Amino acid sequence: MSRLGDVFKNKKAFIPFVTAGDPKLETTEKLVLAMAEAGADLVELGIPFSDPVAEGVVIQRADERALAAGTTTDKIFESVRRIRQKTDVPLALMTYINPIFAYGPGKFMKNCRDAGVDAVIVPDLPFEEKGEIKAFCGAYGVTLVSLIAPTSNERVAMIAREAEGFVYVVSSLGVTGVRSEIVTDLAAMIALVKAAKDIPCAVGFGISTPEQARKIAAVADGAIVGSAIVKIVEQYGEASVDPVRDYVREMKRAVAGEA
Amino acid sequence: MKGRFGAHGGQYVPETLMNALIEIEKAYDFYKNDAAFNAELNDLLANYAGRPSLLYDAARMTKDLGGAKIYLKREDLNHTGSHKLNNVLGQALLAKKMGKTRVTAETGAGQHGVATATAAALMDMECEIFMGREDTERQALNVYRMELLGARVHPVTSGTMTLKDAVNEALREWTARIGDTHYIFGSVMGPHPFPTLVRDFQSVIGREVKAQLLAREGKLPDACVACVGGGSNAIGLFYDFIGDPSVRLIGCEAAGLGADTARTAATIATGTPGIFHGMKSYFCQDEFGQIAPVYSISAGLDYPGIGPEHAHLHDIGRAEYVPVTDDEAVDAFEYLSRLEGIIPAIESAHAVAYARKLAPAMGKEQIIVINLSGRGDKDVAAIARYKGVDLHE
Repeated sequence: MSRLGDVFKNKKAFIPFVTAGDPKLETTEKLVLAMAEAGADLVELGIPFSDPVAEGVVIQRADERALAAGTTTDKIFESVRRIRQKTDVPLALMTYINPIFAYGPGKFMKNCRDAGVDAVIVPDLPFEEKGEIKAFCGAYGVTLVSLIAPTSNERVAMIAREAEGFVYVVSSLGVTGVRSEIVTDLAAMIALVKAAKDIPCAVGFGISTPEQARKIAAVADGAIVGSAIVKIVEQYGEASVDPVRDYVREMKRAVAGEA
Repeated sequence: MKGRFGAHGGQYVPETLMNALIEIEKAYDFYKNDAAFNAELNDLLANYAGRPSLLYDAARMTKDLGGAKIYLKREDLNHTGSHKLNNVLGQALLAKKMGKTRVTAETGAGQHGVATATAAALMDMECEIFMGREDTERQALNVYRMELLGARVHPVTSGTMTLKDAVNEALREWTARIGDTHYIFGSVMGPHPFPTLVRDFQSVIGREVKAQLLAREGKLPDACVACVGGGSNAIGLFYDFIGDPSVRLIGCEAAGLGADTARTAATIATGTPGIFHGMKSYFCQDEFGQIAPVYSISAGLDYPGIGPEHAHLHDIGRAEYVPVTDDEAVDAFEYLSRLEGIIPAIESAHAVAYARKLAPAMGKEQIIVINLSGRGDKDVAAIARYKGVDLHE
């Protein structure tokens, strides 16, 4: 909880995402350390899933690569333990509900706490169904991040009031993936959140360029970037650590208004 | 709890879809009791789909099996050749009332895709169909049929390239086009309200069976047998009999090469509780919750889950679910063709196969109703391949 509390403290946050185990977990561990070093304020690690319905093709392919490499939830927890020995960067696991449910929500959240995971983001667990894991998150001090979408409208206040850590603002309709333009009125969405609760808002889905990140940071508390980074991992594989570090550094500067 | 069947069901979808589901639920709650809506739907069912469908006394099959009397509920005689149109007409009409101009759907064997394309043509709506690439090859004729009806068919190349991947892609597309598009789920699966809504539109099957059999025999059937993938034709047959404890309800799952092999799609036989495609139910999956690549000769039953109401009927012991292999289904496909002159869909042949085992063990005074959910024209080429017959067009 304390690690998560610092993510947005007196700064705009940059939150990168990679799929754990793409192309293998050793690479993921190096990537997390490199991204932390380059200024990432929170790192999102995706648990690869066989059927990621909220993802575009870039992250779908990453999930396929990670699963083909033998990545499992247990191995990811072991990786997180190793990462935790080397960095205090806040960590969130992004996973569909079925890997948590199949693993056992209690055991999953206990392992999160023991390994040093600060939060979970579950894209197919809407407000109405969060009872599935909420009590376990509470028992083990793992923050369950709430998402709002451009279609949420009158649901925003209800979701925001019970949100913890930060609100994940989905920028656009559709699935994850690089977009040339984000047309949603993000300022209006974020105003609805803030009217209900004083909680940081980080925007994700479709962001890839420093210019987009700068615009997001002007209206939000943070920017989340997944597909653009996963694309670099796809291109460079095990050699992606340096290019990802450079990219994260550039994006962090953009979010911070330094470039 | 809303949209629950015991422990199963629910609404496990991205937030982006939640308001759309709420909107569908509200619209359905209103229109299901709206006289004008029901009059319009009943007119379509009677004068476009051809309902009521026949309840056929399969005398030669009865005689051959030497036990219970066999009736076939002839959903294969519906317009478009399967039970799928019952649900599609209901949902398309609902979508139209909701002001949607575009419908999308997943399809396995192509039956639901054809039904959706048909309703879209009739109601002047745009139509996009998602179909696993493997299925577009197994069911090439149905792809052309959908295109002929004005639909765009998108071959899905992700994952196992079959029904579950078609659902994934249809869900992704719906998330992007939620404003003008209604996703016509083809089975009693997915997030609430779809399992309820699809069941209600399909329950006409069991209501008709009950009335037809009472008129003919003056009694209820002893067993209702239907194939189950997601389970829409089965729940359609079962629903009106759930409160009649003397009626056995038997769902036939696609066991592929066998429920004891990895090449199977028998969810109740081999699955475990999970949450996928918007619902809590049973799924074929590994210990980490990765959905298994299932297999069946039948594209329509080649799905790693089962509708949540079936999962519940299984939990409480009200319905039985039995595995039927490819070989048994193909045998039944040929059996019914030769004995009764009726070529069943390979999906429906799974139900015929189990009835062949069941009937001889029952008394001659007893009655089995088999839901013949679709016709088998679409499967002729695939069965020929299976039998090693070289067809030339």
